[in-house]
Amino acid sequence: MSAVINTDGHGHDDHGHPTGIKRWLTTTNHKDIGTMYLWFSFTMFLIGGVLALGIRAELFQPGLQLWRPEFFNQLTTMHGIIMVFGAIMPAFVGFANWLIPMQIGAPDMAFARMNNWSFWLLPAAASLLIISFFMPGGATAAGWTLYAPLTVQMGPGMDFAIFALHIMGASSIMGSINIVTTILNMRAPGMTLMKMPMFVWTWLITAYLLIAVMPVLAGAITMTLTDRHFGTTFFNAAGGGDPVMYQHIFWFFGHPEVYIMILPAFGIVSEIIPAFSRKPLFGYSSMVYATSSIAILSFIVWAHHMFTTGMPTTAQLYFMFATLLIAVPTGVKVFNWIATMWKGSLTFETPMLFACGFIFVFSMGGFTGLVCAIVPVDIQIQDTYYVVAHFHYVLVAGSLFALFAGVYFWLPKWTGHMYDEVLGKLHFWLSMIFFNLTFFVMHFLGLAGMPRRIPDYSPQFTDFNMIASVGAFGFGLTQLLFLYIVIKCIRGGEKASDNVWEGAKGLEWTLPSPPPYHTFETPPVVK
Amino acid sequence: MKRMKNGQALATLAAAAALLLGLPAAAFAKFNLPPPQSPIAQQIYDLHTLIMWIIVVVFVVVFGAMTYSIVMHRKSIGHQAVPFHENTTVEILWTIVPFVILLGMAYPATKTVLAMRDTSNPDITIKATGYQWKWGYDYLTGEGQGIGFYSTLSTPRDQIDGKAPKGENYLLEVDNNLVVPVGKKIRIITTANDVIHAFWVPALGIKQDAIPGFVRDTWFKADKEGTYRGQCAELCGKDHGFMPIVVEVVSAEQYAAWVGDQKKKLAALADDPNKTWTPDELKVRGEKVFAQNCVACHQATGMGVPGAFPALVGSPVVLGPDAVQISVMLNGVVKNGKPTAMASFKELSDVELAAVMTYTRNAWSNAGKAKDPLIEPADVKAARK
Repeated sequence: MSAVINTDGHGHDDHGHPTGIKRWLTTTNHKDIGTMYLWFSFTMFLIGGVLALGIRAELFQPGLQLWRPEFFNQLTTMHGIIMVFGAIMPAFVGFANWLIPMQIGAPDMAFARMNNWSFWLLPAAASLLIISFFMPGGATAAGWTLYAPLTVQMGPGMDFAIFALHIMGASSIMGSINIVTTILNMRAPGMTLMKMPMFVWTWLITAYLLIAVMPVLAGAITMTLTDRHFGTTFFNAAGGGDPVMYQHIFWFFGHPEVYIMILPAFGIVSEIIPAFSRKPLFGYSSMVYATSSIAILSFIVWAHHMFTTGMPTTAQLYFMFATLLIAVPTGVKVFNWIATMWKGSLTFETPMLFACGFIFVFSMGGFTGLVCAIVPVDIQIQDTYYVVAHFHYVLVAGSLFALFAGVYFWLPKWTGHMYDEVLGKLHFWLSMIFFNLTFFVMHFLGLAGMPRRIPDYSPQFTDFNMIASVGAFGFGLTQLLFLYIVIKCIRGGEKASDNVWEGAKGLEWTLPSPPPYHTFETPPVVK
Repeated sequence: MKRMKNGQALATLAAAAALLLGLPAAAFAKFNLPPPQSPIAQQIYDLHTLIMWIIVVVFVVVFGAMTYSIVMHRKSIGHQAVPFHENTTVEILWTIVPFVILLGMAYPATKTVLAMRDTSNPDITIKATGYQWKWGYDYLTGEGQGIGFYSTLSTPRDQIDGKAPKGENYLLEVDNNLVVPVGKKIRIITTANDVIHAFWVPALGIKQDAIPGFVRDTWFKADKEGTYRGQCAELCGKDHGFMPIVVEVVSAEQYAAWVGDQKKKLAALADDPNKTWTPDELKVRGEKVFAQNCVACHQATGMGVPGAFPALVGSPVVLGPDAVQISVMLNGVVKNGKPTAMASFKELSDVELAAVMTYTRNAWSNAGKAKDPLIEPADVKAARK
């Protein structure tokens, strides 16, 4: 790739743009907006983390020590909603903003003002979620899945959550339209679809998933809202409705949502593994097809979240077979990553450590996913701590570890400074150890019969809960180290070269570190 | 035999894990599903063991390769990158092989699904109703038909709040156990009164959501006598963690004896036909009957709902002759040849009907206005014929 970049010839920096708070409020610059997305999601990650520590503190030993059960249920519910919609999803959008224009050689996102609006909706939605804790009856306590008819019994905090989800959904849809338009229309000359970096590919597919399913969630929670206030009975059998219909609609959103949170992570890891293996990605086209297959399959497996609701036997069998099928493309991805490492020239800087950690621990989440797919076994472990372990293996060790890997990988590019490698490695090892300490034992709790979402438990579960709680506090504190590393890197450090990593390939590495405010005003030519 | 081998191997693995975690050897059982106590639970247990072994093998192969690469293909030991990036044969192979492995998992799973969903020909059918936050059990068919009771957490509040030491079955004990005979096919019908609950007994291999307004079913056949404990498995509000399920599996003789006891208790609750009721007793009893049967339409105030349900206060039927009101209660009200919302209540006992009519004649501002303020059970009995 021999792109010619003339960054100093016509820098908009000279024209002057607002500074101070106004710069951030009015910015239409993809880098500024990306930065805001990332800081927003990290803030929400800390808030959601504090809620999680509230859960783990109560569960340290049996009995009710800290919270009443109704507040405990608020903690579990809001932890889920905040982590999914406030932390993980916006973090990937932040990456998309920073990277997609730089990776495809575009000057900015297609709809720059809408980009600003998509971001600034989020703090409003987040405020609604936080405020809901102070409503009469507190925040919603119906679980992040918001199952009817429990939602009808909630106080006004429920309406705040519904409104917040609507706003976040609108933000996601706008962000996705922006990403699709940017990728399809603004690629540099010569960059065909099959030459795009994997991160761009995974986000293109993710954006379509978002556009398809966010309106479905909006529909489900709007029906919940009218059931609550306007006398409709969508989910009430007494009026001809069906509570299980809510679950069908929710999971038709919810399962693709799972992949919305993991596909961009696949993209990040697919950038990092080749860079530190000093080899091209193995099976690029099969990666693209595997990602697309996963996306399509994600629409036809939703009811595997509902095996205990009592659907027809044929439906149970169908959803089991379809779910097992997802293991094939997911396996292809893992095999491709390992084949990329095979006979490479490997080094293990922090991004590579997190990427390898991701493959290892995410695959364990994939394995337990297989266990959960087997209907009779799922009957035993559905709604237990086994499931809690399973989805934290794919969401924390999957999405979150990939996000960490991505931050360390591109942070030198973004800030112009190298991060502290020793502290970065420490962050990885502490995260890895505490993560497994917290969540591995939850498999045993679930198998032994501990239901999820309970504030108190039978003493037979005590030792594993203590281990999990200790691990959780360790994991939480470790993330403050991450905050320190990032701030230290922003404020100074060894100057990063343009290419930063020996094996990194892609247009973003042809730019200076840090890149100027506006990049690729003249598109590079990709051969 | 194969099952035993797998079990032993798994136990060894669990033991290794236990040593790693520094836990006492007695704690092995904690690393796996509870010991299965029904044929379906046994199948689930074996299925889980089989899948865990497949996973262990795949894990070793895949991460063995990754570990080998991490160790041998490092730049620091001078390994040079070989820049290959595709190999069609390998790629086809690792698409097909997982597919075949999945078929191997799906086949036994399908057999178990078909077996666990076959709820036909039960010996006993019991309806389990989820309430916030307790379970209600009604024996619908089979031995014990007609028995019904609630089952509520019996752990004292002080234990939960840490003011008293926790008992052996803390949070997993109830006032009335669900009693069933050993070796019989028990069909559980689940439903709920308010929100979704889930009926779950791990050792018996059953979990079924209890959905308000709908019925679902599942079944089990317990292999051995014993007490098996489970919990509600679907978030159902504040006290979701405090509505356990306790199934007591007993021998056929013990079950028959238990059924006899329960029937006697039910009979004791029924009204004694020879009792003479005083007017005050009838009024007190009548208020309860009213609250259970009449209040939804006629309202606690006796004023009904204008245009829909007539007021009882000042009603000529209530204040008029006994025979008219008794007839309304026994036959309902028919207008223009069609039945109205006032249906017949003849399924209530003579005492209940007499009591509720006496109540309506003395409650609210009706007090003192009726010609005959007292209707006795004998009057109703005479009118039934």
